[in-house]
Amino acid sequence: MADKTSRVLLDPLFENNPIALQVLGICSALAVTTKMETTVVMCLAVIGVLAGSNFTVSMLRNHIPPSIRIIVQLTIIASLVIVTDQILKAYLFEVSKQLSVFVGLIITNCIIMGRAEAYAMQNNPLMSLLDGIGNGLGYSVILLVTGFLRELFGSGKLFGQVVLPLASEGGWYVPNGLLVLSPSAFFIIGFLIWAIRTWKPEQVEED
Amino acid sequence: MLEHYLSLAVKAIFVENMALAFFLGMCSFLACSKKVETALGLGAAVIFVLSITVPANNLIYNYLLKEGALAWASPQLAGYDLSFLGYLTYIGTIAAMVQIVEMTLDRFFPALYGALGVFLPLIAVNCAILGASLFMVERDYTLAESAVFGLGSGIGWFLAVVALAAIRERMRYSNVPAGLRGLGITFILTGLMAIGFMAFSGIAL
Repeated sequence: MADKTSRVLLDPLFENNPIALQVLGICSALAVTTKMETTVVMCLAVIGVLAGSNFTVSMLRNHIPPSIRIIVQLTIIASLVIVTDQILKAYLFEVSKQLSVFVGLIITNCIIMGRAEAYAMQNNPLMSLLDGIGNGLGYSVILLVTGFLRELFGSGKLFGQVVLPLASEGGWYVPNGLLVLSPSAFFIIGFLIWAIRTWKPEQVEED
Repeated sequence: MLEHYLSLAVKAIFVENMALAFFLGMCSFLACSKKVETALGLGAAVIFVLSITVPANNLIYNYLLKEGALAWASPQLAGYDLSFLGYLTYIGTIAAMVQIVEMTLDRFFPALYGALGVFLPLIAVNCAILGASLFMVERDYTLAESAVFGLGSGIGWFLAVVALAAIRERMRYSNVPAGLRGLGITFILTGLMAIGFMAFSGIAL
């Protein structure tokens, strides 16, 4: 039992990562990773919504008629996202401004729908809660690595603190401008997938 | 006047391409671009749904949700601001619209339904659709502008997904390192296409 619980929680980190293997929830991964601060807030928001929606959907799973399940799931998710959005606006106004529409887009983040549909509809609330947290963490691992690389090498900072003094401000580091632009997130995630699949060859796709 | 709409359309199709400038709708963009044929079907369905939902959400926002928008119903309601219900309403409209479109196509255009059928339910959770509605609210478009914006964003997404599918069909003849095969190389391809599309930035009619 303890073994199964830890697998539900930890498998999504590398064995069955939502971004690298399940191809879920990529949109927001790209736009919010220019800075660590927005990345961390986004990760927390996604973990919160994912855990909450998995838990709620799982509790209601025997009462939802199959024909309208998508709309019921979307309603649950959208309500949780509205709460998250209001909390962010109240306590972290600056960050919430920078995230702009991407907080709202958590609703259509396929990780959340995907897990509700694939896991929470068949399993009990406690396991679904753990599955939600686990998948949220798997998503966060990829986002945090991407955000770390982009902020450190793109603007020489971490969490807004100068780590590598820029040449333009009297230091020695010449930043790589490409990393500030959004296409760089694709390259970083592409290479991360390469790294994970070299480490775990059973994930390699055959054409 | 016409110029204004034309420039808005060009902006929505190329400069602010939903897929390659804002990276919206990426999940289905990457998952359904293995073959040009499926990409064509999905792209057409996106154009269809976007050009209906964006104007519909525009009407809902302007006449129901915006601060003071309920004044037409009765003066007592003029002080209400329901914009915090936005997300819930937009996603509800989108899900309902997709359902209606699906039923209409099934009844009147069975051939088209057969071609688009599988993709329509997927579209309800495509972030490009919700994203377009949120951008419409943020930029305060009028009804006509939002119709042009919806159609333009749909065409832009269609072009991007068909182009990616065409590249991936050619990729079959190249020798990609094992770990990059499939998803990895597709990410890098999309990054390169996005850099290509950045060349459009700053263009205005």
